[in-house]
Amino acid sequence: MNLDIASVLGNFYVLTLIKLGLVAFVLLTTLAYLQWIERKVIAHIQLRVGPTRVGPHGLLQPLADTIKLLTKEDLMPPHANKFFFVLAPMIAVFFALSAIAVIPFGPKINLFGVETYMQLTDLNIGVLYLLALSGMGVYGIALAGWSSNNKYALIGGLRSSAQMVSYELPMALALASPLLLAGSLSLREIAESQSGFMLGFIPRWAIFQMPAPQLIGFILFMIAGFAETNRVPFDLPEAENELVAGFHTEYSSMKFASFFMAEYANMVTICSVATLLFLGGWYPIVPSPVADYIPPLLHWAAGAMLIFHGLQPARKWDKYTMPVFGIAFILVGFVFLIPFLQPILLPLFWFISKVGILLFLFIWVRATLPRFRYDQLMHFAWAFMFPVSVVHLFVTAFLVALLK
Amino acid sequence: MDAILFFLFAAIAVVSAINVVVQRHPISSALSLVGVMGSLAVLYLLLGAEFIAAAQMIVYAGAIMVLFVFVIMLLNAGAEKSLRKGWVLTALAVPLLVLFLGLVSYIIQRGFPDAPLVKFGAFTGGGPKDVGAALFTRYLLPFEITSVLILIAIIGAVVLARKEME
Repeated sequence: MNLDIASVLGNFYVLTLIKLGLVAFVLLTTLAYLQWIERKVIAHIQLRVGPTRVGPHGLLQPLADTIKLLTKEDLMPPHANKFFFVLAPMIAVFFALSAIAVIPFGPKINLFGVETYMQLTDLNIGVLYLLALSGMGVYGIALAGWSSNNKYALIGGLRSSAQMVSYELPMALALASPLLLAGSLSLREIAESQSGFMLGFIPRWAIFQMPAPQLIGFILFMIAGFAETNRVPFDLPEAENELVAGFHTEYSSMKFASFFMAEYANMVTICSVATLLFLGGWYPIVPSPVADYIPPLLHWAAGAMLIFHGLQPARKWDKYTMPVFGIAFILVGFVFLIPFLQPILLPLFWFISKVGILLFLFIWVRATLPRFRYDQLMHFAWAFMFPVSVVHLFVTAFLVALLK
Repeated sequence: MDAILFFLFAAIAVVSAINVVVQRHPISSALSLVGVMGSLAVLYLLLGAEFIAAAQMIVYAGAIMVLFVFVIMLLNAGAEKSLRKGWVLTALAVPLLVLFLGLVSYIIQRGFPDAPLVKFGAFTGGGPKDVGAALFTRYLLPFEITSVLILIAIIGAVVLARKEME
């Protein structure tokens, strides 16, 4: 039997299993650490330090949280509808995690002679698939609120389903305009249509692309995305000063963690879709020879800054931890210069940094803005978001039909 | 593989459809209906009609049924009581059902006597481009008339809701 790497990797099932494992591992780790990042960023905005006790700079906090959530008592409220009470968090987390299947992270790569896309599967209805999943995600929250048999949970669930149904409309309309520019519903083809540069230096991302720059569409999509994920300033389903904790009031242990995971997974999905549709996916912001040196330079700058802070330690452990992280960053910077890894790492760097900036925006907004009142939320959706997105779609369609 | 998936999801569709009628609680019935729609979407997908499958999920399972569930939750409808119409109706139900199914299969048999068997993957005109082209060329008139009909329904709903408020 001929067992060379290319023939084993070339097998569709083997390759898909490897990719599945890799994507699932990275996604779940990201979801766990996103919470650490959120706590740290909000803490620093509010002049606190955030988690510091578990591991250096609190870096093992997600692990501790996971163990805590897994080992906590799983309470079942006596008057709950047991079947739906258990089903609801499963629905929420299942539909939130399945979205990653169609998200491309980079172009076609060549690994040991096997060509594959950095994506689990490419659907020719990719965008519609994501819309369908986000529509199904409503059931998780609505059912959780209803089956708890608790007035706060019920109001939270009702609020959230009304909110998500209302904001799905402007989101779908905002999504439609970059589709007109790209002429496809496959996420990979949409991202590929944004490669290259206009006049040699302006990237052909949808937010800049002539004839119809999508800046307004991008802003509309992000606002609707905040509402779809029930994040501040649209977090009325879990407004703690009026509803205790909203739809997940009665949930504990792993079921509670599932809702948390679903929320963060939805955030990652929204940011990835915004990156792919509006921000050019994995394509760099400047033309190629310059763009290839940005990732190592950024990593070296971050490493130098960490070592500098390590030399003037503000806290006791900083003089050990900071230089270690600094050296790690500098080494990662050198990895970006290895020619064999460049075609994989560079697109991945640009994709992840764009998604990361958008995720930071989510956290930043949470630390900055107050919450809407419920009537303001609905008024905003139907009287502002909806008309603006319809007009935006018409203008885009007109410009595309006229000039393309 | 296609056949296994077909029988699996066809079975889920039928069981969910029966469950819609059998369940006492409106929420359970509504969610069984979502199950029917979801498995129908998978069947469309198996036949190669990707766009119809996605539309089925977005429009029916994602929008209309969410509204149903929302209203049921808002009204806080409880479990229904059995009406107990007596054993005559129960006894009549089974033969009537058999008669109905026989009639439907007879009509299909007479209407399409030599229709070829469906082959999975043989149909390729189900992508968004093909559906869009068909809607805006061959089926333009029915498409526009349907949209006017839906508009009339919306206006009617608004008028009825207004009357309630006065």
